[in-house]
Amino acid sequence: MQLFSCPFCGPRDETEFLFAAEAGKIRPEPAPEISAEDWSSYLHSVGNPRGATREIWVHQTCGEYFVMDRDTVSHVVAGTQSLRKVGA
Amino acid sequence: MTSHRIGSLAAETLHFTFDGTRYHGRPGDTIASALLANGVRVVGRSFKYHRPRGIMGYGVEEPNALVDVTLAGVTTPNLRATTEALIDGMQVRSVNASPTAADDRKGFLDRFAQFLPAGFYYKTFIWPDWHRFEPSIRDMAGLGRLDASNEPPAQNPQIGAHCDVLVIGAGPAGLHAARQAAEDGKSVILVDDQREIGGSLLSLRAEIEGKSGAEWAAGIADDLQANGHRVLTDTTAYGVYDHNLVALWQRRFGRPNAQWRVRTKQIVLAAGAIERPLIFPDNDRPGIMLADAALSYLTRHNVLVGRRIVLATNNDRAYSVAEALRSAGADVTIADLRAVARDRAIANARIEAVHGAKGVEAVTISGKRIAADCLLMAGGLTPSVHFHCQAGGKLTYDDTIVAFVPREDLPGLKVVGAAAGQYSLTEILGLGGEPHPYAIAPAWPQRGAKGRQWVDFQNDVTVKDIALAEQENFRSVEHLKRYTTLGMATDQGKTSNMNGLATMAALTGRTIPQTGTTTYRPPFVPVPFGVVAGRRRGEFFNPVRRLVMENEHREAGAVFREYGGWLRPAWYGGANGAVNVRREAIAARTTVGILDGSPLGKIEVIGPDAGALVDYNSYNTLSNLKPGRIRYGFMLTESGVIYDDGVTSKISDEHYVVSCSSGHVSGVVARLEEWRQDRFDPARAFVHNSTPQWATLTASGPKARELVVALGLGVDLNDAALPHMAFADGHFNGAPARVSRVSFTGDRSYEIAVPSSKAAALLAAMREAGKPLDAVLMGSEALLLLRAEKGYVIAGKDTYGTTMPHDLGLVGPMQKRQNEYVGRRSLFTENAQRPDRAHFVGLTVEGDTMLPVGAHGVETVNGRRRSIGFVTSSYDSPTLERPIALGLIERGIERKGEVIDILHLGRTFRAGITEPCAFDAEGARLNA
Repeated sequence: MQLFSCPFCGPRDETEFLFAAEAGKIRPEPAPEISAEDWSSYLHSVGNPRGATREIWVHQTCGEYFVMDRDTVSHVVAGTQSLRKVGA
Repeated sequence: MTSHRIGSLAAETLHFTFDGTRYHGRPGDTIASALLANGVRVVGRSFKYHRPRGIMGYGVEEPNALVDVTLAGVTTPNLRATTEALIDGMQVRSVNASPTAADDRKGFLDRFAQFLPAGFYYKTFIWPDWHRFEPSIRDMAGLGRLDASNEPPAQNPQIGAHCDVLVIGAGPAGLHAARQAAEDGKSVILVDDQREIGGSLLSLRAEIEGKSGAEWAAGIADDLQANGHRVLTDTTAYGVYDHNLVALWQRRFGRPNAQWRVRTKQIVLAAGAIERPLIFPDNDRPGIMLADAALSYLTRHNVLVGRRIVLATNNDRAYSVAEALRSAGADVTIADLRAVARDRAIANARIEAVHGAKGVEAVTISGKRIAADCLLMAGGLTPSVHFHCQAGGKLTYDDTIVAFVPREDLPGLKVVGAAAGQYSLTEILGLGGEPHPYAIAPAWPQRGAKGRQWVDFQNDVTVKDIALAEQENFRSVEHLKRYTTLGMATDQGKTSNMNGLATMAALTGRTIPQTGTTTYRPPFVPVPFGVVAGRRRGEFFNPVRRLVMENEHREAGAVFREYGGWLRPAWYGGANGAVNVRREAIAARTTVGILDGSPLGKIEVIGPDAGALVDYNSYNTLSNLKPGRIRYGFMLTESGVIYDDGVTSKISDEHYVVSCSSGHVSGVVARLEEWRQDRFDPARAFVHNSTPQWATLTASGPKARELVVALGLGVDLNDAALPHMAFADGHFNGAPARVSRVSFTGDRSYEIAVPSSKAAALLAAMREAGKPLDAVLMGSEALLLLRAEKGYVIAGKDTYGTTMPHDLGLVGPMQKRQNEYVGRRSLFTENAQRPDRAHFVGLTVEGDTMLPVGAHGVETVNGRRRSIGFVTSSYDSPTLERPIALGLIERGIERKGEVIDILHLGRTFRAGITEPCAFDAEGARLNA
């Protein structure tokens, strides 16, 4: 079980968290101007990189969404930041 | 009798039986040491060939001595006799043997060994016919006997702990590391799978810091505990997981075993090393043991394993073992496989035969027969690097000690002592000076080996099986493992993996590092499922949520069922559901039904941007409601699919209450939070789930208003003041009470929400006020029926993974809304606009047979039958006195009036496609 660090609560077990999205994905809008391809890409395409990745997770027990930099191979968590401070 | 207890027998106070025979043992014995003390040689039968087997090891490595133990009426299967403490009154049974290990009916199987080669059953899949072998193989498979009646209660605790340093293994290296860490101010947990602290110090004669090894060890453990550190004995670390989480299994005698989950900054792995057997013909005979094990039985239990002992070795460690055995009175002959031997040992020894089917009688060494009752093997040490590898560490092969050792320590996991290939106390304790020499020469089997030479004792894998795998091109160690089952038994190859891969290396002409090891995975030892499951069993596995009024419902005769994770009354009045649901539904249509709707979501959205947030979250615009009004609508996923439906009440421009389905509350809170934090200014809108704080009781039916009037809530209940889809705030018993006119039955309805603390009083007041009105308590089943008469959808039941709002005919927001909302773009994709989408419709049946839910609508085109949708809800309507149904049917909205075939498990029904609403289509009853 991995150990993640909520920017508000500190280190907690993985089971308290949920993955929300890969960071940096901007919702394309307004809807009438967005091509089907762009919308489809927003809905379904994920990078799923091997190695370093930047993701948005939520700490379910406090409800806060935050950005986490981690490595999908080594499982090393490089850091977490409040979504409010960095945006995503 | 060969193996026996030496010295006084006065302390033999514990009684136990083995295969029905009565024996004695003493406190401190394991089952294995007690069996040896009593001279028992055959303790089990091998897995495949039912060969007689004896005790070979001393601890977790033991491959042969698996036993079923009955104690206090409870039978636990497949325990290792070497790791189970002897308890007075134990009934011990050998496994895979009947009637006893010594006389096993299936012993004849060994004569058919040539017909059971490696990969035997894989081959029968291909030829001639697996099914001919399957029944007898299944009958023979498995080891111990499972006692199906033994269902221990879910009472194994799971204990979370954290520390700076977790030391695994309380031998000299572990103790040294633990003491050092404690002196450095670190918090320490020290675990060991034995009852006594000391590891190898308990067997070896060593003096450290002026004390005996055992005293030195006990002193360090005492110091640790005195300084607030934890020392856990009888506790096995069995797995290392991400970010230094270590799982421990703690055996607690007289109390349920516990699982510990220790999160530690640093793991010190001091798990020691396991001695390897040597490979020679018939090396599995009872009476053949590991040399280290023999030493441990002698020094820790006063058990001498034989009187005339042959000690076969390829390394120098054996000589001190021989010395100890000799001083206890045994006659020991050392057979050194190396060219140069010390003392009086036989050099260049070849073990050519072991005589005695049920116990060693003689050994033929280099052509000379020597009488012996015990043959010890010292094949070199295999460091226990399991956790280093589980954590992702790599190994390197060290020629000088003929073993794999950690290549380099991982961050947070340090390997010390014998586990790191350090076998000398001088080295381990950092005393300086020359370490004891440990000279070893490899003695691996070569191609063309004679006789049956065992590599994996527990799974009956011989050198010939490995040769066959090599011949059939299963040469990778991972293939070898699966093809021959080498290392796949409950001991996970602790004594066999190294010998197996070295054999494969020798056969293929590769080096040992080129051949490599198999992957190390948890658990290190078999762990009882109950310990892993802990208390998460039965009703604790996925606990239901309970209503604050559960007791009142129970007293009123409710029958409970789970709905969306909540335990709710399905109906009242006893077991006959059909009759009672019908009774409740009829009463709710003619007088008034009272329903507990407390689990319905009550999610407050508050702040200057609350309106924008609830609008964005919803398919329907909500912010243009007047305060005090309520609107029904959908929430979509970003794929445009209906996620949930429900009503939203507007309290003010900056305060809304979103009421979603009871099973969707946490999901709706999560999506509101996600958009709030990732799209809106989180300082300008807040989301608060107040569902558990409020209880909601609904009065529904023609006499609902009379009932609510009688409650005296201080609310103007005239329809002009409180029309359908409006709410008003009053009070009940000195607490706030909100009265909302929303209806899921199609009849005039009032939802009354009060703080949970007032719920029981409100229910009592409503039942009292309902008496003169012939009111009934109504469960969820009647509500589901009444809503189906009205064609009201249940998201997730009448919609599925592609249903969009326009499939229900609700196109208004999609056509008119100009601003963004969740799922908007998806409603305009090519797929969303297809004309042949499945639409939500009503289905009328010809005759009085209900349509089965899940039955498919079918049509036949060019002679080929295809599905055009299915039935989602089906009820026998007491109001309409006929069956009703709802469904999702392709082009259903255009097909209204058509009659289609409905197919279910070979039966065909006919059904007409209608509007979903079958009752009071104009909605007059809402205000009746």
